[in-house]
Amino acid sequence: MATASDFRTCPTTGLKVHLPAERLIKANAVAAVVFLAVGGLFGLLVALTRSPWAARLLPADWFYLALTAHGLDVLIVWIIFFEMAVLYFASAVILSSRIAAPRWAWTGFVLMVVGALIVNVAVLQGQSSVMFTSYVPMKAAPHFYLGIILFAVGALIGTFVFFGTLVVAKDEKTYEGSIPLVTFGALTAAIIAVFTIASGAIILIPTLLWSVGIVSYIDPLMYKTVWWAMGHSSQQINVAAHVSVWYAIAAMVFGAKPLSEKVSRMAFLMYILFLQLASAHHMLVEPGVSSTWKIFNTSYAMYLAVLGSMVHGMTVPGSIEAAQRAKGYTKGLFEWLRKAPWSNPAFSGMFLSLLIFGFLGGISGVVMGTEQINLIMHNTLYTPGHFHATVVGGTTLAFMAITYPLINLIFRRELVMKKVAQFQPYVFGLGIIGISLFMMAAGTLGVSRRHWDITFSDAPLAFDYPAAAFLMMGLNGLSAVLAALGGLMFVAVTVGSILFGAKIEGGAPAAKPKAAPAVAQYGSVQHPAIPGTVVLVAIFFISFVLYYFVNWKYLSEVWPLR
Amino acid sequence: MAIHPPSERVWWNLPIARTELIWIIVAFLWGLTMFFMMIYWHGYGKQNLSNEAYRTTPEQFSAKVQAMVEKYKVREEAGIPVVRPPPGSEVYMLARLWQWYPILEFEKNQSYRLHLSSLDLQHGFSLQPVNINLQIHPGYEMVLSVQPDKAGTYGVVCNEYCGLGHHQMVGRIYVLDK
Ligand code: HEM
Ligand SMILES: [Cu+2]
Ligand SMILES: [Cu+2]
Repeated sequence: MATASDFRTCPTTGLKVHLPAERLIKANAVAAVVFLAVGGLFGLLVALTRSPWAARLLPADWFYLALTAHGLDVLIVWIIFFEMAVLYFASAVILSSRIAAPRWAWTGFVLMVVGALIVNVAVLQGQSSVMFTSYVPMKAAPHFYLGIILFAVGALIGTFVFFGTLVVAKDEKTYEGSIPLVTFGALTAAIIAVFTIASGAIILIPTLLWSVGIVSYIDPLMYKTVWWAMGHSSQQINVAAHVSVWYAIAAMVFGAKPLSEKVSRMAFLMYILFLQLASAHHMLVEPGVSSTWKIFNTSYAMYLAVLGSMVHGMTVPGSIEAAQRAKGYTKGLFEWLRKAPWSNPAFSGMFLSLLIFGFLGGISGVVMGTEQINLIMHNTLYTPGHFHATVVGGTTLAFMAITYPLINLIFRRELVMKKVAQFQPYVFGLGIIGISLFMMAAGTLGVSRRHWDITFSDAPLAFDYPAAAFLMMGLNGLSAVLAALGGLMFVAVTVGSILFGAKIEGGAPAAKPKAAPAVAQYGSVQHPAIPGTVVLVAIFFISFVLYYFVNWKYLSEVWPLR
Repeated sequence: MAIHPPSERVWWNLPIARTELIWIIVAFLWGLTMFFMMIYWHGYGKQNLSNEAYRTTPEQFSAKVQAMVEKYKVREEAGIPVVRPPPGSEVYMLARLWQWYPILEFEKNQSYRLHLSSLDLQHGFSLQPVNINLQIHPGYEMVLSVQPDKAGTYGVVCNEYCGLGHHQMVGRIYVLDK
């Protein structure tokens, strides 16, 4: 049973913070940032090696090794460690509850650290350059799979600690009514995580046994189907988590209330209900998968998970607009946005994340996931271009943005190098916009992903990509430098602040945002007008429709095939 | 605020704002449109995968490739046979570390049944510069009808990572005017 001395009261928010929960959040966030730094460095090296002006920076074997390490360290290790921190924050801290079973949470943490280290060792030893997808029959060293499995078990334990904490908070009545929207979003992420990790176990445990010779054969098509049941749904975890972070930042910075709790919660629920169980959009050009299956599973007949994201895309900026207008920024369509705190990295990072995720990542993802259009994009650089907009521009940038207030609230330190922090989201965001767009452009020109030498200089038969493709790869390299600089700024500010930032004791460091007046009161329906958001959403929708049909046009120009 | 419990205990009864409702309806209809677009293309579009595929083994598949090569070989390039099968026929191309085999020669505006499979790992069939991309699995023979509509020299790049020689794996298809 937790005693009162295990808690402190946050001077900024008035929340009761359970100290064991706080320590867990710190540990997970620090581990996350360490692996982001390592993985980001690998990403930079990969991008430089692929650009014509630094070609062959890494030799071929190191290139494929670095690419494997990059995918694992950022997509899996950085994101999931941070998600653990988000889960503990959204449960224990936001609900002012004690964390359930902190010992178990630490066990999970240790497993994750050990697993991540084992995977990195396996990759660096050089016998496991199989990419993070490790498609069979390409074989990695057994401890490669073992490391991932341990990491996943650790994450599963953390997820159950989150569920346990929700139960504890409810039992001990630390809050009244329903759980807050942010916690609800985290709950959807955690539910999807259980499904994800189960799929991961179903496929990776047999693969581990196969790599040591106990299982003799794994069907490559079956592997891919189940692997992506993990790989795709884990992206849905990321989306649920970063959308929760958007709402949390809107609340912390503006005191914004959701326009409608019902709509926002339904949108989160759609992520669970319409999760693509078989992750069909990774299987669109595989042999022998039927079109009916592909069409039904990519869309569940009507793209309802996409609908969920499109709804958040309106309600998040809409709630900010409503809060700003209530504070008197009512001039014209966009005064609320112009007068937003653009020099606060929590806000700027969050808003850039929203824009990059929606405009670049969301649209390109739906287009690429269309059964026939996938033919002109599958495994080209268009794919990494798309997911750097979702998982880096969207998820990573949102996580970076919320790290700044967490340093104040959880680490109780002032930020060091405030100017650097202020520019960090812009530098990183611009770099990511660059790598996303230039990789997508190169992919449209046919350039392959995961490829060391697109001049084919050692190949027996020659092939020349168009000159524009090389231009795109060069610009991609430049953008990568910018993104890496933004990443370095982030690591410098966070590590610097945690180690050397002025300690925050008692007194409030930042003014507590006044809660905006309730948006929708029962009885007296008062829905605020959000014309600025309507215009933003209209621009988004028109871009979406145009880009979608332009790609059908491109498709119609390639060789007829049946 | 989104970090506090909803201020109205019965939030699920609150009415939805009109702007939100309109967007939900628009977005939903757009989703339906995109769904029907895929079905429409199966009827009216010219680029659809047949999804015809068979189980095979490396031995079976390379025997078929070899039979075709012996029958229709016209010359060699870089040690790889160039094969010119008649229009409308069954045509085979295999992927292996790190080669596409053989080189094919097609006639423009003729249709061919192209069979693809891998003898070892997964490979990616990336026909350039048209940019048609297919995933090639060992153990599966994928069949599709192609109808090249422009003459020229086409590259087949491997776009699924398949080991250290992945970036040297380039094949070729010629399309002749006649
Ligand atoms: C400095 C920032 C970053 C740069 C410059 C960068 C650059 C790149 C490049 C050039 C590739 C290789 C594309 C290819 O050849 O196929 C790549 C792959 C990838 N990146 Fe990043 N990236 C960055 C950050 C991130 C982050 C933060 C994440 C995840 C959260 C991420 C996830 C991935 C994944 C999953 C792959 C695919 C690996 C594979 O194909 O196996 N990247 N990145
Ligand atoms: Cu290959
Ligand atoms: Cu390859």
